[in-house]
Order: sequence, then C-alpha cells, then structure tokens
Amino acid sequence: MSIALNSAAAEDRLRRDFPFLEGTAFLDSAATSQMPLPVCQVMAEHYQLGASNVHRGVYAWSERATDRFEETRKKVATFINARSERECLFTSGTTDAINLLATSWGESNIQAGDVIVVSLMEHHSNMLPWTQLAARQGAEVVWWGLTSEGALDLEQLPQILERKPKLLALTWVSNVLGTINPLEQIVPAFRALGTTIAIDGAQGVPHLACDVQALGIDFLSFSAHKMCGPTGIGVLWGKQEHLEAMPPYRFGGSMILSVRPETQAPQGLQVRWADLPHKFEGGTPNISGVHGLGAAIDYLSEIGMDAIRSHEIELNRYAHERLSKIEGLTLFGPSEPEKRSGVLSFDFKGIHPHDLATLLGREGACVRAGHHCCQPLMRHWRRQGTTRASFYLYTTPKDIDALANALEKAASVFQGFC
Amino acid sequence: MDDDLYRAIILEHSSNPPHRGRLDSPTHYDEGINPSCGDEVELFFRVQDNVIEDVTFDGVGCSICLASASMLTQALRGKSLDQAQEFYRAFKSWITVREPEPSPVDLDELEALGGVRNYPVRLKCALLAWETFSTAMSKN
Repeated sequence: MSIALNSAAAEDRLRRDFPFLEGTAFLDSAATSQMPLPVCQVMAEHYQLGASNVHRGVYAWSERATDRFEETRKKVATFINARSERECLFTSGTTDAINLLATSWGESNIQAGDVIVVSLMEHHSNMLPWTQLAARQGAEVVWWGLTSEGALDLEQLPQILERKPKLLALTWVSNVLGTINPLEQIVPAFRALGTTIAIDGAQGVPHLACDVQALGIDFLSFSAHKMCGPTGIGVLWGKQEHLEAMPPYRFGGSMILSVRPETQAPQGLQVRWADLPHKFEGGTPNISGVHGLGAAIDYLSEIGMDAIRSHEIELNRYAHERLSKIEGLTLFGPSEPEKRSGVLSFDFKGIHPHDLATLLGREGACVRAGHHCCQPLMRHWRRQGTTRASFYLYTTPKDIDALANALEKAASVFQGFC
Repeated sequence: MDDDLYRAIILEHSSNPPHRGRLDSPTHYDEGINPSCGDEVELFFRVQDNVIEDVTFDGVGCSICLASASMLTQALRGKSLDQAQEFYRAFKSWITVREPEPSPVDLDELEALGGVRNYPVRLKCALLAWETFSTAMSKN
C-alpha cells in the first residue's frame, strides 16, 4: 500500500495524526522525528492496560506485552528484509548498537595491524567506537574523504581497497549533507575483498526502502525516534552467522540459558548463553519503546517507503527552488534531489548558525545549528557549523515557505553586520 | 528598534571586536569550549602587580559568545584581580536570574546581554568567556 503524501486525503490524515504540528514549521526531523498519535496510543497501552515484564510472566498482561514485543521483532525483520527476526537485536538506539558491535564483534575480529575504513562524513557515534576499538586493538583507521560537493570521493576507493580493510564503517545517509551514499556501487567492491560492512542506518532507514539482503551488508543499525517512533529504542541487525559467533555484550538477566554452580568450572559457575537474539538483550528491555517501534513501522509501511521517498524528493526540489532565490544563502551537499535525503544544510550570509537558528526559531521555524556531531567534517571544511533543515513525511511546502520567510526576517536583524 | 537579543552593540562587538588577538607570553591563559555547539574562546591576560594590564581574546562562536568575550576584554582591562573577580560574580549572578536586582557594580555595556534571559539555551554563549576567565585565574 502507498499513500501519495501531497494528496488532500493524506494532508487531512497527517493533520489528524500530528495535530501538534499546526502552526510550527518543524524542520528538525533528522535530530528526532515526531510521533503520530496512533504510535503514542500503542505505547500508552502498555501502561494503561496493565504493565508487565516480557518473556517471564505467565499471566495475560505479560502475554500481551511479550506478543507485541516479539511481533515487533518480526515487523523489523520484514521492514528491512532480514532473513530471520533472530537477526534483529533491540538496543537503546543507533549509538548503543554501534558500541555493541564495536565491542563484541570488534574485539573478537579486529587485530593489531588490521585496517578499519571510516568516512569523514560519519556522525561521532559511527566514528568514536571505531577509533576507540582501533586504539585498544592496535588497528589502523583509514579515513575516506569527500568531494567538494560533499559526496564520498570514489576516486579514493582503489587506494582504500588496496589496504585490504577488515571493516568498512559507513553511514547510509549523511546527517549533515543529506548525501545518500551509493551502497549498491560501493558494497560489492568491499565484499569481493571479504571486508565486513557495517552501515549506520540512522538517517537512511527512516527515509529509504531497505533490503539488507539486496544491499549485501553485514550489519545495520538504526533508531526508532528518527522514524516516527520513540527515543530509547533502536536496532542492530546482523547476519546470523556473525551474531552467533559474537560474545555477549551486556550481562545479566534474560541473556542466559542456564547458570549453574559448578565447583570445577572457572569462577565456580557454568554459564550457557541464551540463543539469538536474547544473548544480546540482557536486562529488562524498553518494552513500551519496542511496542512503539512496531507501531511506527506499521505507520510507515501503511504510507509506503516509496511514497515517503517521492515526497522528500519533491520537497528537496521545492526547497532548492525556493531557497536558491534568497540572496546570500549557500546550500551544501549534492544539488540533485535524487542524490540526497531530506537534509538540507546551509549558510546564510555568514551569520553564525546558532544566531540564525535562534532567529528562525522565534519565527516558528525549528532548525538545528552547529557541528551536528560531525566535528572532523566541519574542520575539513574549515567551518564551525551549519544550519540544517530536515524533512520527513509530514513536512509540507508551507514549512519551507515559513523557513524562507524567517530567513528574510533574520537578514533584517543582522542588516549592516553580515 | 533594537532587537531584544541582538542589540546593535552586541552585533558591533561581535563583528568588530577591538581587542581580538593573541598575546605573546600571557601570565594567565585558558581556552573555553562549549561542547554542545562547538564555540571556542581563548583568553590571554597580562597581569602585573595584581592588575590586568592587558587582556585579549581569540576564538570562534556565535555573536552572543563573541560579543560577551569582547566586552570582557574591555570591562576587565585595568582592573585589579579582586575587582575583576567581583565583576565576574556580579555579572554572572545578574544574568542568571530571571528578574535581577540592580547589580552592585556598574555592568555598563554588558547589560545589553540581558536579552539572553528570554533564550535560556543561549545563556551558555553569554557566559563562556566569563567562565574561561574564572578558570584562567584559578589555573595560573
């Protein structure tokens, strides 16, 4: 099923599902997206109908909580086309997923002298876990640079491949530039070398139809709160054979098959870890968060990822047309709408991004300003930061008009000083 | 009409600060960083006989941050260390309360920064240079 988001019926529906957006041009969905009322409702039900832990109680409330929890895992698997829901681990978000990966997979697979490739457009959360791992293991990080337009510099690819990297850690979509990295072009070259490919999907999965098997990657991480779900819940997907070989990361309840006192065993205990996915899910999980993620996937699936993508391409086209007429505005990132997601970074007359974001915010245009957790990218550009507007399925051309009008007002405040 | 936050004097200081630069062999120095936005301010002091003979700043940041740093270099120049500390405390307590009492010291131009009270997330911008002053004095 697919709903054209520019239709009158869709606009009505979005107004009903996101009533709080009325009167605000919310243009910060790359930081966190809004949650539609049906998702809020599913989350609230966990408490309103009687809360319970999962995988433990044998009464009705616990069965309901557990069913929804495990149904969501199946929904996640279908949404990204994983071979099995056992490959989908719940984490607290993308950062947690990547830290799990860098510790559990990283420490058992990366050795001294190994090469890890990280791109210069990575968010700190897909950079620092790898540089820290490299430091612990004595491995080397090779940085993949960018073109002046803000795309991965594919001319560097032959030299990078020559280094026979053990791991490629790459974002699907840049949270600063909106650049969609051409995974279908890049991944086969690394696969041919046996490089493990870990994709940060935080900005990709919410906006692009995802098929992990077709992409040919090994790991994918993403967060619910950027895809109409709640904060505090995310996913690490990995190929089953990798996850089975990886040691557990967080120890405690729920992640064991048995713990037996055994005088002959080391430390006096014989422990058997649970099977996938529970081996990686020690402790009571974020149950209502998982339910919310499931409802968010239902919501996105009903609209259709293709419809979301078409809508964002149209918004990009409109934003380019509308904003490029504003004197003194410089847009960053690829200029073709098809090569970018709904993330638009810009400079306006050299006004500092924080000043600009404050001025835009008081006109009701909510944007993000700063380094966007990408300080090496900013240094590379010799910039301190950018101002960023980002779109999602509920963004309308009117929001972009509001941004354009707010920019003109900002210019009047700084007149004579920029 | 002046904007409530971006008063003309703030924009003047941030776009054309009179004491921007680096001092050779300062007696007191520190660098302040606001990790959430990446603003960076370096302060250079030459203190002689307990008096701030010279003070300059360098750095990158928003207009509130740079104007506050620039105003600091004017406000503290020529003051004794005790007077400077008193000024810092007076400014900080004046700007961080919702409805301030008149300050015991004359804050002069710095009163133009009072508009940040309506923008609480920008308070850190106005205070970065001042906190850097405080750490520079305690370090050296």
